[in-house]
Amino acid sequence: MATVKESQFSVDEHGYYGNFGGAFIPEMLYPNVKQLQEQYLQIMYDPAFQQQFQQLLRDYVGRPTPLYLAERLSKKHGTSIYLKREDLCHTGAHKINNTVGQILLAERLGKKRIIAETGAGQHGVATATVCALKGLECIVYMGEKDIERQAPNVARMKMLGATVVPAVSGSKTLKDATNEAIRDWINNPVDTHYIIGSVVGPHPYPDMVTRFQSVISEEIKKQLLEKTGSELPTHVIACVGGGSNASGAFYHFLDDLSVKLIAVEAAGCGIHSGMSAATTQLGKPGILHGSKSLLMQTEDGQVTEPHSISAGLDYPGIGPLQAHLYASGRGTFMSATDEQALAAGFEISKTEGIIPALETAHAFSVLNDIQFEKEDVVVICLSGRGDKDLATYMKYLK
Amino acid sequence: MNRIDQLFKEKHHRVLNVYCTAGYPKLDSIQQVLASLQLRGADIVEIGMPYSDPLADGPVIQQSNMVALENGMSIPVLFEQLKNIRETIELPIILMGYMNPILQFGLEKFCKIAEEVGVDGIILPDLPMYEFETEYQQLFEKHGLRFIFLVTPETSEERIRKIDGLSSGFLYAVSSSSTTGNNKAIEDQEMYFKKLQDMKLKNPILVGFGIKDKSTFQSACQYTNGAIIGSAYIRALEHSMDIDLTTKEFLNAILH
Repeated sequence: MATVKESQFSVDEHGYYGNFGGAFIPEMLYPNVKQLQEQYLQIMYDPAFQQQFQQLLRDYVGRPTPLYLAERLSKKHGTSIYLKREDLCHTGAHKINNTVGQILLAERLGKKRIIAETGAGQHGVATATVCALKGLECIVYMGEKDIERQAPNVARMKMLGATVVPAVSGSKTLKDATNEAIRDWINNPVDTHYIIGSVVGPHPYPDMVTRFQSVISEEIKKQLLEKTGSELPTHVIACVGGGSNASGAFYHFLDDLSVKLIAVEAAGCGIHSGMSAATTQLGKPGILHGSKSLLMQTEDGQVTEPHSISAGLDYPGIGPLQAHLYASGRGTFMSATDEQALAAGFEISKTEGIIPALETAHAFSVLNDIQFEKEDVVVICLSGRGDKDLATYMKYLK
Repeated sequence: MNRIDQLFKEKHHRVLNVYCTAGYPKLDSIQQVLASLQLRGADIVEIGMPYSDPLADGPVIQQSNMVALENGMSIPVLFEQLKNIRETIELPIILMGYMNPILQFGLEKFCKIAEEVGVDGIILPDLPMYEFETEYQQLFEKHGLRFIFLVTPETSEERIRKIDGLSSGFLYAVSSSSTTGNNKAIEDQEMYFKKLQDMKLKNPILVGFGIKDKSTFQSACQYTNGAIIGSAYIRALEHSMDIDLTTKEFLNAILH
């Protein structure tokens, strides 16, 4: 059973990872955020909660997800490459690990109404799913632009009974959907819980979501031990938008310094093309959505509009833990362009029979940029499946 | 003496603070807006520094922020426009904004120039008490800037006392749990305003969010020292052909 774990990469009592984090929120949000800060660990590690959470992860989500040795891919790169199959979770991505946890938490806090933001729609679907499971009202904010490019997920959310509200401000993507969700919470402070989908937002969200997602690395350790005799891989690779699947896949390896943690950002049309979402390469310290982190912004501190072909990575910031991993050197940050991600998506589909989400395809892309040793053990977090991206993939199918 | 302190020494009732967005409706509207507000009866002016992601603001002020940014407004441009403002404007001036643009400008530099051009107070809704106390308080004090915190109907009495202790100038009582420019009925908040009055706080209290006309202004003033109007004035400016005429009609309708 999971327990509270402390490491040099744990959040401090004020919500900081090194210089990043905190809770920069208007007073209107204070009572809700304070309540979460005071209660989240106590609730999460309560044995009754854990029992309910673990049971749902097993019987509803379908955990543990397999750790699969991708033979053809391994052969190509002359090493052992394992895929952590989060795409096989119910709803098709890792996002549901967190929403199952947060809906149980919301129930214990007595909340009746759930709001969420979504980019690719995976978090929106995962939230709509658990709300249906618990019979709670669900409102999902989604950028107008994302509603267009992720139509299948919009349909799924509606079928699950959620109300999808288009965010029409700013760049009409994930950042703006998050603004609208926060404004909703300001306007409905008493009965509403905000299920943030990534490791962003004011403390305790980054730590809370990381802990709910940490089941990914917890399972990887156990499964690797069975398969290889050692619980430690040499590399863990994950894509990063806000950083939720990366934080979950890295979590139990943070203090195992021999394990290279590789985060892959979306370079869009190229890091310096002006059409990119590679936050660590282009960002400076700043404050957005309630925490201090790295942020893509103008000289005047206005948040800039990122670009990525994948809606889930199209975010101008990065979670504070990820910013700390970057700044401290614990994490290695790489990037993949739209074109490279598409190529990797097509390749994995044909060599492994798995159509990855466009977000995940970014993680696969960097295999080409790393020189592996034969005895390396590489784990890639296959964060989601690509059904939602078929329309985009088809545009480029040769 | 700080102009906010001076004002509340002389005036205890029906204090009217009007919010405008710097760079709205035109890049260089601010001088005229300030002059009109002073001439037509406002007591304090709150200048919003536009931000791409104004979390606490409703659609009207969001839109004004976006227009202002498109017009080219920024903190350096605003300070340039305010350079000689004290030659003509005696109203207390408050700068309101969000943390990120100020961090990028440099907080120390921001406080220094704000003092030089004659700013009296600062409102930063996303700067929490903890960060204020540990890092920023001394800087604001050193430059003679009053720092105005928000309280809401959900803020506990204990916390209101703590916020009152840290605030200076006045206390910004958010009328209901909402973003700016809401339509929640302010009349329902009488108990909350009365509670604030009965607490006998150190700071004067101005009510904001949802104050839009004579009746809401009067409701707010019944138990507090006055009110803040933002979205309604921005809406009036949106289609204005003559800023002074618009301001005159707008303030007349509220004050008389």
